[in-house]
Amino acid sequence: MLGKLSWDAIPWHEPIPMVTSGVIVLVVLGVLAWIVIGGHLPYLWREWITSVDHKRIGVMYILLALAMLVRGFADAIMMRSQQAVAFGNDGYLPPEHYNQIFSAHGTIMIFFGAMPFVIGLMNFVIPLQLGVRDVAFPTLNSVGFWLTATGALLVNISLVVGEFARTGWLPYPPLSEATYQPGVGVDYYLWAIQISGVGTLLTGVNLVTTILKMRAPGMSYLRMPMFCWTSLASNLLIIAAFPVLTATLAMLTLDRYLGFHFFTNEAGGNMMMFMNLIWAWGHPEVYILVLPAFGVFSEVISTFSSKPLFGYRSMVVATMFICIVSFTVWLHHFFTMGAGPAVNAVFGISTSIIAVGTGVKIYNWLFTMYGGRVRFTTPMLWSLGFMITFVIGGMTGVMLAIPPADFVLHNSMFLVAHFHNVIIGGVLFAAFAGLTYWFPKAFGFTLDEWWGKAAFWFGFIGFYVTFMPLYIAGLLGMTRRLQRYDYEPWHVWMLIAAFGTAILFAGVACQVIQLVVSIRRREQLRDVTGDPWDGRSLEWATASPPPVFNFAVLPNVSADEPYWAIKQHAREQNRLRPEPEYEEIEMPRNSPTGFVCAFFATLMGFALIWHIWWLVALGFVGAYATFVVFAWRDVPEYIIPASEVARLDRENRSARKEALATYTGPM
Amino acid sequence: MTTADIAAPRQDPYHIGHGHGHGSLARGHGEGGPAPKRIIVGYGFWIFLLSDIVMFSAFFAAFAVLQGETAGGPSGKDLFDLRITAIETGCLLISSFMCGMASLAAEARRALWFHAAMAATFVFGAAFIYLEVREFWVLVEQGAGPTRSAFLSAFFTLVGCHGLHVTAGLLWLLTMMAQIFAKGFRPDILRRYLCFSLFWHALDIIWVALFTVVYLMGAGA
Amino acid sequence: MTHGHGEDHFRDLDSAPGDEREEFELAAGVRGYLLGLFLATLLTAISFALPWTNIIWKPGIPVALVVFAIAQMGVHLVFFLHITTSPDNTNNILALAFGVLIVFLIIGGSIWIMNNLNRNMLPGGEQTQMQMGH
Repeated sequence: MLGKLSWDAIPWHEPIPMVTSGVIVLVVLGVLAWIVIGGHLPYLWREWITSVDHKRIGVMYILLALAMLVRGFADAIMMRSQQAVAFGNDGYLPPEHYNQIFSAHGTIMIFFGAMPFVIGLMNFVIPLQLGVRDVAFPTLNSVGFWLTATGALLVNISLVVGEFARTGWLPYPPLSEATYQPGVGVDYYLWAIQISGVGTLLTGVNLVTTILKMRAPGMSYLRMPMFCWTSLASNLLIIAAFPVLTATLAMLTLDRYLGFHFFTNEAGGNMMMFMNLIWAWGHPEVYILVLPAFGVFSEVISTFSSKPLFGYRSMVVATMFICIVSFTVWLHHFFTMGAGPAVNAVFGISTSIIAVGTGVKIYNWLFTMYGGRVRFTTPMLWSLGFMITFVIGGMTGVMLAIPPADFVLHNSMFLVAHFHNVIIGGVLFAAFAGLTYWFPKAFGFTLDEWWGKAAFWFGFIGFYVTFMPLYIAGLLGMTRRLQRYDYEPWHVWMLIAAFGTAILFAGVACQVIQLVVSIRRREQLRDVTGDPWDGRSLEWATASPPPVFNFAVLPNVSADEPYWAIKQHAREQNRLRPEPEYEEIEMPRNSPTGFVCAFFATLMGFALIWHIWWLVALGFVGAYATFVVFAWRDVPEYIIPASEVARLDRENRSARKEALATYTGPM
Repeated sequence: MTTADIAAPRQDPYHIGHGHGHGSLARGHGEGGPAPKRIIVGYGFWIFLLSDIVMFSAFFAAFAVLQGETAGGPSGKDLFDLRITAIETGCLLISSFMCGMASLAAEARRALWFHAAMAATFVFGAAFIYLEVREFWVLVEQGAGPTRSAFLSAFFTLVGCHGLHVTAGLLWLLTMMAQIFAKGFRPDILRRYLCFSLFWHALDIIWVALFTVVYLMGAGA
Repeated sequence: MTHGHGEDHFRDLDSAPGDEREEFELAAGVRGYLLGLFLATLLTAISFALPWTNIIWKPGIPVALVVFAIAQMGVHLVFFLHITTSPDNTNNILALAFGVLIVFLIIGGSIWIMNNLNRNMLPGGEQTQMQMGH
């Protein structure tokens, strides 16, 4: 009836998961109780859960990402503290638990921390920057988000029910085959990633279509803000790479569930094929994450340097160059697995070449700042921190790209330090820069600068104190994923790294305090005009938070920096454009499709993990029925009357008029 | 700021986007605003199909790499009956053609013809699935199932993945017919039908690659 | 999504994949599909017949099969999916080209890498011995 599921699946005798999950369950129950008793459920259902508004979905993505970042950081604290104490003894985490922690840490951080954060920013910003009212497929957008949430939920359920994979964040066979991992850990991994992968793919399709087919009148390709360009490249990579992940994990699933022989030791299986295919996805994935990050920095640096982005066209070329070349470097993840010198050399060279694209970008950002009036706000600090940190990460990357050097360094702490250097220094710094930069657009008030800067300094310094020692430990020969070690020279570096983690913890605390303080001080921090940073692209041309339809009248773009042109014109004339003629607006109706579908997907995923076949069938039928019901609806849109559009827009116009009257800056 | 029209601004020092933004009014190329819905939907689905084809390419790659790994078991030469493959190919091709006829009938708003063509599409598609299932069944019966060797794992997965797509397509086809029957040729339903026909024709293209690489080259090698 | 913005103000120069640009004409439409069916059948028949004939030099047969398969895919794209080279199809073609490029990189790359690995890791192989010698 319940397949492999029984009471023994819950780790009653292990204090760490039990206490942690107990606390989490209590917190979740408390929040749910507060929602239901406080009568917030109808609001939440109407305005958020069933929302197909790209802004709301973007915010929900980022909330999910923040929660998962905290979860992943908890894993990180455990790993760093374990390695700090486990010199010559077993530390406090037994091996089978430690292995689950580093696997969960990587999986959660990449798939449910970094990815949703980046996708959330893209979702929120792209339609606003393009000057349109929503993404191409609003309901599909909601489905994508909820499927991602399903994946995150499944991974977290594994904490309480059963176990998680002990294979590392990529389940390399033969270790991940049923012979060596008979438990449900790898199955949790597989189904969580498959389901959220579908969500990611849908988002990719959606955003590419949005960018290529739905731009404000006059917004030609070469007038799109840089963030849209890098997002386009990133989403093209999602479309091209995620299907490979789906196929590869499907093969491993068939091996585990039905006894196929793709990657087994016996019957002609070839586990090297798994490394090959998983990295054919894995390397583009790196750029899926970091390209939007480059876009965020481009926007932030240009805005706070009060100058157009330097070398816009070279930036576009570099972005598309990276987009294509990222598909020709994947072998550098397994130089040491036996390929001949010719193959290794080709991929080593292509890996070094791809760094050129990033180099171009770094120079462009430097030249954008050169001669500008740079304002050192929190997003700008994150951007500067990024440039320094990413250059170091990039250089260690080029070191690893040289096959002979890689033979020494691969699988060591040096590698761990390298990819944290580029992912934290690149993606996470961008996420925080983007969060502070676009927060006022989403909620109508800016974040507190003092706490934001404190969070930056703790994060920046904490990063160096944590990860520079790992480079050294790697050079001293320390391999990754060690649950214990007996070699004395490594110990001191592990202690320093653990201290660095404490500094990072202070940074995380500052972020939380920043949020709380800002919400309490929101009246002082209010963004009245919708343009708090003196921005240059179209998202700043509408109110903060924007009305559901984003723009009362679609902007007609006739300049390279659309909003800057509007603003300069208004400043020169000392008046706003004449009021447009308002028309009624059709917007897509909310739909519970995404949520209901994800509900059935969760059932189905859970049932597949535990071999509860009737529930699998039920989940599938339910999900299909949900789509048919959605397809059957007759009224997909509702109408916002012209008077309402006019009322909302006039409010914003009067705020802008006031700001214009008091404007004293340079023309 | 709500604007209908913005005057030309001062030149930007770096000549961003020069030479663009004039001339053509093509939507979707940026000048004319968002594209009409039919183009957006069709294009979105086109992109999805490409991702699907990339997924198949991973299975093709696995097949190509594992093709020789028969582990002492039968190879393609011993197993494939090209007559069945030929009939399957014919079924799918006629099905694809009939789907085209249904597109024309939909465009001409002739409900009867549309349903007849869709029914024919279904019948030939279902015949294809029947033949494929039978072929799989015979293979498993004679001990050449997917667990026999890496080659057979890759074969069953690649061909079976296409078969699953066709099965899903048949389910979609029936849903589509029911929708047109219940709601008529509404624009949103016609857009959905456009996606279906793209899907169906794309599956036929993938089959061309399949019968060439897996069956013809496999049986010859 | 609709924007309350007129959608048909001007004749757009863009079309959805699968849509034909010409004014709709039933007979011409049927003729197009029939021609496609004919060509596809012809190419399929040639592919299936090739291995049993001596028209082509034996080792060249796989290459010929691939060529005919690509030709047939082209026929399907043109006659069934109505992909053309006209400007309204630029976006569709570019997307297709991107997809084809990725397909070639993944299949070609995998075959190259895996063959090289297999050859290089053969026990007693020349290169293995060279590396072991170090």
